[in-house]
Amino acid sequence: MLYAILCYNSEDAIGSWSKDYHDETMARLAVVQDKLDKQGKLGPVARLLPTTAATTLRKGREEMVIDGPFAETKEQLLGFFIIDCASLDAAIETAKDLAKANPGTGSYEIRPVAELHDYHLAEQRKPAA
Amino acid sequence: MTDLGWIDAVVGSARPRVMGALLRYFRDLDTAEEAFQEACLRALKTWPQNGPPRDAAAWLILVGRNAAMDDVRRRAKQVALPDEAAISNLDDAESELADRLDGAHYRDDILRLLFICCHPDLPATQQIALALRIVCGLSIKQIARAFLVSEAAMEQRITRAKARIADAGVPFEAPGAPERAERLAAVAAMIYLVFNEGYSAPSKEAKTRAILAEEGIWLARLLLRVFPSEPEVMGLAALMLLQQARASARFDGDGNIVLLEDQDRSRWNPKRIAEGLALIDKAMRHRRPGAYQVQAAIAALHARAERAEDTDWAQIDLLYANLERLQPSPVVTLNRAVAVSKIRGPAAALAMIEPLDDRLSSYFYFHGVKGALLQQLDRRAEARKAFARAISLAHTPAEAAHIRQHLDHLDKERA
Repeated sequence: MLYAILCYNSEDAIGSWSKDYHDETMARLAVVQDKLDKQGKLGPVARLLPTTAATTLRKGREEMVIDGPFAETKEQLLGFFIIDCASLDAAIETAKDLAKANPGTGSYEIRPVAELHDYHLAEQRKPAA
Repeated sequence: MTDLGWIDAVVGSARPRVMGALLRYFRDLDTAEEAFQEACLRALKTWPQNGPPRDAAAWLILVGRNAAMDDVRRRAKQVALPDEAAISNLDDAESELADRLDGAHYRDDILRLLFICCHPDLPATQQIALALRIVCGLSIKQIARAFLVSEAAMEQRITRAKARIADAGVPFEAPGAPERAERLAAVAAMIYLVFNEGYSAPSKEAKTRAILAEEGIWLARLLLRVFPSEPEVMGLAALMLLQQARASARFDGDGNIVLLEDQDRSRWNPKRIAEGLALIDKAMRHRRPGAYQVQAAIAALHARAERAEDTDWAQIDLLYANLERLQPSPVVTLNRAVAVSKIRGPAAALAMIEPLDDRLSSYFYFHGVKGALLQQLDRRAEARKAFARAISLAHTPAEAAHIRQHLDHLDKERA
């Protein structure tokens, strides 16, 4: 079963990480990711720019373009992992591994994937890591 | 302990909102700072065990306010402090109350906190130091290091700034729309000062002062979160992100300046560029141009060029023409002349900057640009004179060394 692990946290708090804390956390997360990748269980992974960079198109009879994210929330969607897990328990375990690597505030929403299409972005269009 | 790094981050990110609210309650910077410190200490004590509260800022505001009021009461009556654990478990009702109390105010709270740092009575260096201390929460030691002065001197500078603000009186009433726009412009200018204090530092100081550029970006993101639809705030943030993206390519191993067109573009920070481009794209949709947006748009054209020779100089010329209109200054015209030299040649550019001779006669870059244009026109004697003048005006050895390379080049051509 494919699951999306949606990462929510306060982007203000993430933005206030010291460089050392950022680097240490990213290194710990990379270990979890590498393990999943070696097992062939890791799909697309994305880290999103801050919601200040976001624009929202509100549909309706009159479309509206709004600066900012779709909803004002205390915690924001910051990124996601697509993982392949045998069961919900296994997906929760993976989320727990991520939480151990990146402790503190925030949540991981574990959401089963209904369909996944990989349309192969041209390599040069992918943002650099 | 690195596990507590997240607490530092949560407290640090809540700081502007909490300080802004405490300043509104107590109308005194020192009392607000003490209340904030007290709330932080209690957070460090209770959060590791109880976990973080749902709304850290609301928690810190209530705890800080209570602590400061307890302090006043204790001094008056010697009553015991309430149990901390009771305060740390704010239930939802209380936290919602705090939200209602502060949600309506937090934009003006944060703007006020930033605005008192740019009081016109304060010289630029005091504005910057004060913002770094009370908004960013940098320690006196960190700020002193970034400014290359002693801690005692920095402490004195900040104390003096606070005293001036106390004398001047902080504007506590909620601002009307015109005042808010004025405050926003003053705050944006102050943030750009903070950034430039780091960004334009000479190479040998660049590492120690880099923190200032980063804090400038942090402040711009803060302002943008409070005013998410202000195109000039987007422009300011974009400008700083796009400039700072080039930081690691601006000096070579020996600390010499590397000009934009000679920089190794693979060393530019792609994440910063992506965020900067996203913001300038958003800003331009508003069709309310301003000086920060135009400068960011120019920086964006450089960022979008994969190689220096791909640069869209015609568009840059147009943007500088725009900037000349928005913010007329001989320095802007000088910058425009560089773009003009690329599309219409050095003679046209030289004709453009010659009338600036009077006003820019003591400006290093003016003589550097003039020398380079004369050199391209093969007017070597005049070029040599301009370069010599530039060297005499250089602020740093790196600037002088850069011009000396041109002179060496002229000498080689003659040989």
